[in-house]
Amino acid sequence: MSAATDQAKAVVVSDVSMVFNQGGPGAVAALDHVGLEVEPGDFVSLIGPSGCGKSTLLRVIANLLEPTAGSVLVNGKSAHQARIDQDYGMAFQQSGLFEWRTVTKNIELPLELKGWDKQRRRERVSEMLELVKLPDRGGHMPWELSGGQQQRIAIARALAAHPPLLLMDEPFGALDEMTREHMQSELLQICAATGTTVVFVTHSIPEAVYLSDRVVVMSAGPGRITDIVSVDLGRDRDEDTREDDTFYKKITEVREALRGGELTDSARGIEDR
Amino acid sequence: MTTQRAVETLWPPALFGAAFLVLWESVVRIFDIAPFTLPAPSAIFTAFVERFGQVREATFETGTNALVGLLLGIVLGVLASLLTVRFVQVEALLTPLAVAVNAIPIVVIVPILNNMLFGTTSQLPRRLMVMLIVFFVVFVNVSKGLRQVSATHLELMRSYAASPTAIMYKVRVPNALGYLFTALKIAAPLAVITAFVAEYFGGVQNGLATGVRNSLNGSKDVTWAYVIGASTLGLTFYLISVALESAAGKVNRTA
Amino acid sequence: MSRTGRTASIATTAVRRTALLFASLAIAVALWESYKAVGPADGGDVFGWRIIPKTNDRVMPHTWTMAAEFGDDAIGSGDQKVWSVLLGYSWYTLRMALAGLALGMFVGVGLAVAMARLKIVERGLLPYLVISQTIPLIALAPQITVIRGSLDLPQWTSAAALAAFLSFFPVTVSTLRGLQSAPAASLELMDSYAAGWWTTLRKLRFPAAVPYMVPGMKLAATASVIGVIVTEITLGGLRGVGFATIDYSQKVTSQPASVYAAVFAAAALGLIMFGLVAAGESILMRRRPKESLG
Repeated sequence: MSAATDQAKAVVVSDVSMVFNQGGPGAVAALDHVGLEVEPGDFVSLIGPSGCGKSTLLRVIANLLEPTAGSVLVNGKSAHQARIDQDYGMAFQQSGLFEWRTVTKNIELPLELKGWDKQRRRERVSEMLELVKLPDRGGHMPWELSGGQQQRIAIARALAAHPPLLLMDEPFGALDEMTREHMQSELLQICAATGTTVVFVTHSIPEAVYLSDRVVVMSAGPGRITDIVSVDLGRDRDEDTREDDTFYKKITEVREALRGGELTDSARGIEDR
Repeated sequence: MTTQRAVETLWPPALFGAAFLVLWESVVRIFDIAPFTLPAPSAIFTAFVERFGQVREATFETGTNALVGLLLGIVLGVLASLLTVRFVQVEALLTPLAVAVNAIPIVVIVPILNNMLFGTTSQLPRRLMVMLIVFFVVFVNVSKGLRQVSATHLELMRSYAASPTAIMYKVRVPNALGYLFTALKIAAPLAVITAFVAEYFGGVQNGLATGVRNSLNGSKDVTWAYVIGASTLGLTFYLISVALESAAGKVNRTA
Repeated sequence: MSRTGRTASIATTAVRRTALLFASLAIAVALWESYKAVGPADGGDVFGWRIIPKTNDRVMPHTWTMAAEFGDDAIGSGDQKVWSVLLGYSWYTLRMALAGLALGMFVGVGLAVAMARLKIVERGLLPYLVISQTIPLIALAPQITVIRGSLDLPQWTSAAALAAFLSFFPVTVSTLRGLQSAPAASLELMDSYAAGWWTTLRKLRFPAAVPYMVPGMKLAATASVIGVIVTEITLGGLRGVGFATIDYSQKVTSQPASVYAAVFAAAALGLIMFGLVAAGESILMRRRPKESLG
């Protein structure tokens, strides 16, 4: 047996189906027999048109939703146990920072819930603020920061407890293009420094290709995985990577995979730039 | 509302109400509490049925006072709130006055008003009292609703070079509508209470307060019978407010 | 903004609001006196409706008479001045009102939390809470006092209980709305932390509810004062501002302005309570984004 199979995979999704309003007239098959494996340290994107189930899949992994069939293992445990044990951090499109807490206290939230003492919390928060390059913003209130800065704090919060897994649901969707590209580079640096596994939902093809080791292409009606595109751009990506030939080739590959999954429907909600 | 939905909505309150009544009745019987101290629900019910006609008439009289005061209070409260948008100083000026007036209990203002105006049999002092109380509630809420509009909406309207009047109608007023209904749901039952209290201290009448006052030294079950009338009145006012709120919500959506 | 910056701006706002308060008092005085100057001494009619108030000195004293009244000797209180007697009464009433407000807030928040926790409690209980507010305090006061007597509690507890009765409802309604206002994404976040309902209450729902609770608490504060004063008037035996209004109204022929003095004391009390809540609001909300004032 190889070392890879001995070590627990970061995420194992086995034959997961998710039907909303099951049995009723409004039944929706959001996920249909979906399977996925993510190795530790991988960066995996989920991309697809509206209704393909990418956000649903993310929430199933996060144990915020119970699938109607199939199972999910996170870090070798059931998704439920992984949530109890705080094995992942989550970031959303709305930064979701609490407007009544300072930046420091916002980042501290998961640590408070884990029962850490003040000293330890403060140390970790300093560390995280350094990591997201906002070391002097600790005493500010969230509404005093820009959108990009708020998202950085949200990421700092998600990683504060050093979880092995990071789940992100279009976290840069509300940002302008330049900030978005900048944040993508930042995110890669942070993940390289921490070795975190990431499952990232997006509907931007360039974003998915730039960030990921693998891009999981999904289609709607019912939600399923149609293709997985490996992106072999290596680990050291920077702004020059965006001008790389391989980069454009992979974007085309993903785009075609998306179109291929939509023989009758036109692709909805995909950014093509 | 279909029967099924009606049942769904009504069974929790019905359950709670029944449980409470059973508890009350049991406590009175088990502890053998004298009717003077606390009458049992069964005694109250009997008294209510016996005096139904009188209670109904009294309810109508008090209800009219409450309604007139409520409508006047809403109109004035809304007008004053509109002023605070144009002249911010109005809010800072009016609030302490409104708070002070609201803080003076009805029981004190009514005799003063009665002295200043002839005839304690006139319903006017009562209606003015209701109007004053309602005004404050409406003013506090609606002025907040008119002021607390999203900055994005204001920027948008300014980009259209919209006049202050247009901003008022298209942004502030719709935003304030929700606050108006919040105020209405508080003010409507409050109007009934105020009318009641105003009447209680205002000389001989035919309303609910008189009925209560006359029975206080005797059997409390009669008192509670009139209280049932007052509560029903207040509840009716509240339910009408809720109905108006959901009707307005529907109108908003189709617009 | 720095700490000193924030304190400075709270102070400036306070100064400005006090100045406007005096301005509004000045306007009120001007209105009162100008009406007194032109109005009919014995009242008048408009289309048969007796809505023009009387302006004679007994019913509508001059504002300066009312002001001077505070310095007069209080009848029946030895050689104490009116203002000192009223101050004592006001302090007595204020204490009961604060107790009533505290109780009302405790009950109000407790009920809101119970209703937020269990939807069935909200559906079953809320209608009765609404109905409870339709019960006139005056009818309730004797009932409460009789029960208090049989439980052998001190007299002021009736006043506090009735004040709580009036003040709990706006607290409940506004707190419930606030607790239910937490954004879905934040609730998901707390879920992802496997945080229980009570933890989520403490760290998310409650702080999110504060902006909604403030208007409710302002209403509760003034309601509490009214509750106490009405109790004093209906039940007797409590030496507060309410008692003063009855006492002085019986002396109205000899000292007409004293009733108004008591009325002002009552109004001042309401203002003080309101001011306390507003001050609390400034402190609680100082770090929140400001509401947009167009």
